[in-house]
Amino acid sequence: MSTETLEKPIVKKEAIFSKRRKKFVIDPLSDDNPITIQVLGICSALAVTTQMKPTMVMAISVTMVLILSNLIISLMRNIIPSRVRIIVQLAVVATLVTLVNEVLKAYAFDMYKELSVFIGLIITNCIVMGRLEAFALGNKPYDSMLDGLGSGLGYSWIILTVAFFRELFGSGKVFGYPVFEAIGMDNLATNGLMVSPVGAFMVLGFIIWVQRTKTGYVEH
Amino acid sequence: MRQSNTYIIVFSLILTAVLGGLLSGVSQVLGPTQKKAQDLDTKKQILGAIPAEKTKLGDMSPEEILARYAEVISSEVADYEGNLVTTNEKGEPLVAENVNIEKNYKKPAEERVYPVFKYRNGNEVAYILPTYGAGLWDAIWGFVALNEDLETIKGVTFSHKGETPGLGARITTDEVQERYQGKSIVENQELVSVTMIKGEGNPPSKLDDTKVDGLAGATLTANGVNAMLLNYLGYYQAYFNKHSANANANADAMSMNNQ
Repeated sequence: MSTETLEKPIVKKEAIFSKRRKKFVIDPLSDDNPITIQVLGICSALAVTTQMKPTMVMAISVTMVLILSNLIISLMRNIIPSRVRIIVQLAVVATLVTLVNEVLKAYAFDMYKELSVFIGLIITNCIVMGRLEAFALGNKPYDSMLDGLGSGLGYSWIILTVAFFRELFGSGKVFGYPVFEAIGMDNLATNGLMVSPVGAFMVLGFIIWVQRTKTGYVEH
Repeated sequence: MRQSNTYIIVFSLILTAVLGGLLSGVSQVLGPTQKKAQDLDTKKQILGAIPAEKTKLGDMSPEEILARYAEVISSEVADYEGNLVTTNEKGEPLVAENVNIEKNYKKPAEERVYPVFKYRNGNEVAYILPTYGAGLWDAIWGFVALNEDLETIKGVTFSHKGETPGLGARITTDEVQERYQGKSIVENQELVSVTMIKGEGNPPSKLDDTKVDGLAGATLTANGVNAMLLNYLGYYQAYFNKHSANANANADAMSMNNQ
């Protein structure tokens, strides 16, 4: 997790999407995925993923918070006193999360009712603090934003995949659309296990299994 | 790099001021929009208790919903004795839509205020009553629409905070709420409310006018719903005895059952 801070000094006038920068976005999607490899942000992966729609909102919110907090902390990285840096990060993240919550309350009240508890918990989502501590404190703003975007996308696709299977087998729907009914299998029993957090653990386990078979990643 | 204590304190103070200012600013700017959203949500739920209105709600824009609400709903607030109240304890005017049912629920029944939403569409009259109670895990609440006879249910809408998805949380589905339509809350002129019985797919012989089919695997949530309905229908009897259109006709029948 701390390897990124040791990046080589940046060459002047680097392309906006140079190879090195692409790595920030692409790495967290698979090889350095926050959930499946770094095992961060598991709590929210379990809690919100019973349906696709709230999961989507959660994914977008976390990604926004990640990008913005990475940007802000990176901009302030030279003036943040190192002894209070954690609390400064926390304050920035908490402010951003509160903003997300307020915006949802104003413009997507139904989502706010459903998600407000979980939105508040983005503050404690280890991915956010983890990226700030490991990356934003030691890198330039633009790179930090890319890193936030990458981690956010890595988090998003995992929880969306989990939500897809949980909603499909737990409620027989995808994005609220009754799939099994549409293909004439409306008497198919749904699996109650899938709507409980246990289902999320199982789906997550399968994803990690498949991913590690492909990448050959081994815990040390 | 090790900064001085003064630097750290000044930095923290500035950070706090900036972030605090930002948050209160945003809250000021978004406040009116949030209030509107909340208002719309409450009105949607109230209208949703009437089945004919609920089917239309999905296609309506927020403005249309508010207009429809203003057209068909009139509201008032009653106390435990059934007398109308127009001001709160601070002397401010009391608006039925703004009464916080959850806060009221925490007070003893005698001290609560009870909003009533009267629905009038042509000759069709219904009384929409808010209800609040405890499910299995957390709060449940809803609105019950009674027909003009005050004995049969026109429709219900339920919400919940934390019931188990797929089990107790099914009380929010149309399929479950439709079971209540047309059911009777009185039996032998006594208020019995509508009971959701244990088990699902019960034969018609087990169901009658005051019973609805239950939820498989969610008997405790169903019990919560039953208690909530019985309690709140009871609380409103005093109001109905004094203020409903057929108050006199009902007074004799209901006076024994006011608890």
